Amino acid sequence: MKQFLSFVRKEFYHVFRDRKTLLMLFGLPIVQIVLFGFALTNEVKNAKIVIFDYAKDIASQEITQKFEANQNFQLTKSLMNAKQIESAFKKENVKLAIVFPANFYEDLLHLHKAQIQIIADGSDPNTASTLQNYANAIIMDYQMDLLQNQKLPYSINTELRMLYNPELKGATTFVPGIMALVLMLICVLMTAVSIVREKEMGTMEILLVSPFNPFLVIVSKALPYFLLSMVNLTVILVMATTLLDMPIHGSLLLLVAESALLIICALSVGLLISNITKSQQAAMLISMMGMMLPIILFTGFMFPLENMPKPLQLFSNIVPSKWYYIIAKSIMLKGLGIAAIWKETLVLIGMTVLLLFLSLKKFKTRLE
Amino acid sequence: MSKEVVIKTDKLTKKFGDFIATNSISFEVYKGEIFGFLGANGAGKTTAMKMLCGLSRPSSGEAMIAGFDIYKQTEEIKKSIGYMSQKFSLYEDLTVKENIDFFGGIYGLRSEDLKAKRAELIKTLGLENEVNQLVSSLPLGWKQKLAFSVAVIHDPKIVFLDEPTGGVDPVTRRQFWDLIYDASSRGITIFVTTHYMDEAEYCNRISMMVDGEIKALDSPFNLKKQYGADTMDEVFYELARGATRKGD
Repeated sequence: MKQFLSFVRKEFYHVFRDRKTLLMLFGLPIVQIVLFGFALTNEVKNAKIVIFDYAKDIASQEITQKFEANQNFQLTKSLMNAKQIESAFKKENVKLAIVFPANFYEDLLHLHKAQIQIIADGSDPNTASTLQNYANAIIMDYQMDLLQNQKLPYSINTELRMLYNPELKGATTFVPGIMALVLMLICVLMTAVSIVREKEMGTMEILLVSPFNPFLVIVSKALPYFLLSMVNLTVILVMATTLLDMPIHGSLLLLVAESALLIICALSVGLLISNITKSQQAAMLISMMGMMLPIILFTGFMFPLENMPKPLQLFSNIVPSKWYYIIAKSIMLKGLGIAAIWKETLVLIGMTVLLLFLSLKKFKTRLE
Repeated sequence: MSKEVVIKTDKLTKKFGDFIATNSISFEVYKGEIFGFLGANGAGKTTAMKMLCGLSRPSSGEAMIAGFDIYKQTEEIKKSIGYMSQKFSLYEDLTVKENIDFFGGIYGLRSEDLKAKRAELIKTLGLENEVNQLVSSLPLGWKQKLAFSVAVIHDPKIVFLDEPTGGVDPVTRRQFWDLIYDASSRGITIFVTTHYMDEAEYCNRISMMVDGEIKALDSPFNLKKQYGADTMDEVFYELARGATRKGD
């Protein structure tokens, strides 16, 4: 036990003496959160809109007020003339125009059917469709208000509702993905590099000649990085909940436990990489390049897996972060418990056991 | 006078596929002896040494290290030996004290023993002012002396030194050998590989490996006499000339 503690202490010295490692260890998650959470969001805020109101009745005014109150939109002006719409798009950088036809409220009241025209700037399709969704949501909202005051015998109402993420916030889908990405990358990289460094420096031989159990070498290498990753996880979660208003609807304990599982899985990958590489550079390259791309591509938080060709979809199954992403999303956004995610958890456990087995076996044979 | 045998090998062989790195070597090393293990690059020294340290499993043959069987008692062997490689194997980003504490720690020294050892070691090496400095800031010669002292921190029966003095000046090398003599006088057996023939002269006995086999084994004095040479250099050339293997 004393031997083990000496080793763990030494590993901590390594981490804290190496500024580059430290910076990467704690800087990366923060940069990622800021980058993905703020810069790479598909959320649109304060989009300029114009309203052209032919009706000028109670209904059109109430809807206009709702648009004014929404922070996704910034109502620049009400137009007087239909011709102004185009110039507003061209000159004033307006993203959306809303046109109420005459007799809007009358139609709604008597025909139970009224139309609103939404004109969007199609030159930027992503923003256009996002804004359109926001606008739809606002109008639906008004309809709901209206329905409560009126008793209609029959009313068929199609309703679009964004489950779990009603405001279509970008951060909510990114955060579990970033957690998967950061935890995987850091753990794989750190373990691989730290073990390969011992090989490169020649200290691994000394360790293997010493009575210190080779298996414990691995455990004591992994332990500090496990603990530091848990600190990292805390940083990410605190940043996500405070800065990005990310909800955690489910059990925090379960989330932490599942994250710990991913971390152990990643440590095993790092161990495996350290067994097949000889230099720190190679280990770093394989961990960064070889892991980053598959994780970003096949986790599902950047590109929907459903749209990928079948072979790629099948391949995504061997990327551990994909399963963790499903788990983290289910816990954080849907508030689900272990009953709903036991399958994904089992897959992750299976992967971890397999990887650990492979890398330990490889480590053993290397001693021969 | 019967000498206590601490290393005994019998037809120890290591094959890598068809290549026989170490071919049926047999020798004995006695307690407290400084045993020089010489040979050109690629002669099989490192392979032989790795087998003796338990880093590599022999293909055939027998060996007893400090009275323990090389196949079955590797754990006991590990406790009885120390090892220092040519890379002097200290952690550069740790201080002198931290390195001593770490190696003392993994060899399972008790706190009070470790403390006493550390104080003694630092005094012997004259590192009082450098205790809390990073090892990377020390001159190479000091690092090597420290590495040796750390390799014998647990008072092993045998210490294996793999080209310990590469790249240092003759004065520092001489000081390094003072440490070796000191350890030897305390009864620690020294098993050392080297390329420096002046160092070979310091050894009690030396063995010469050529193409995986031991071609000569005796004291430097007897070897010189046997080959009619004035220096160990000449003995080395005489023996290594017949080598068919290329160095690595």
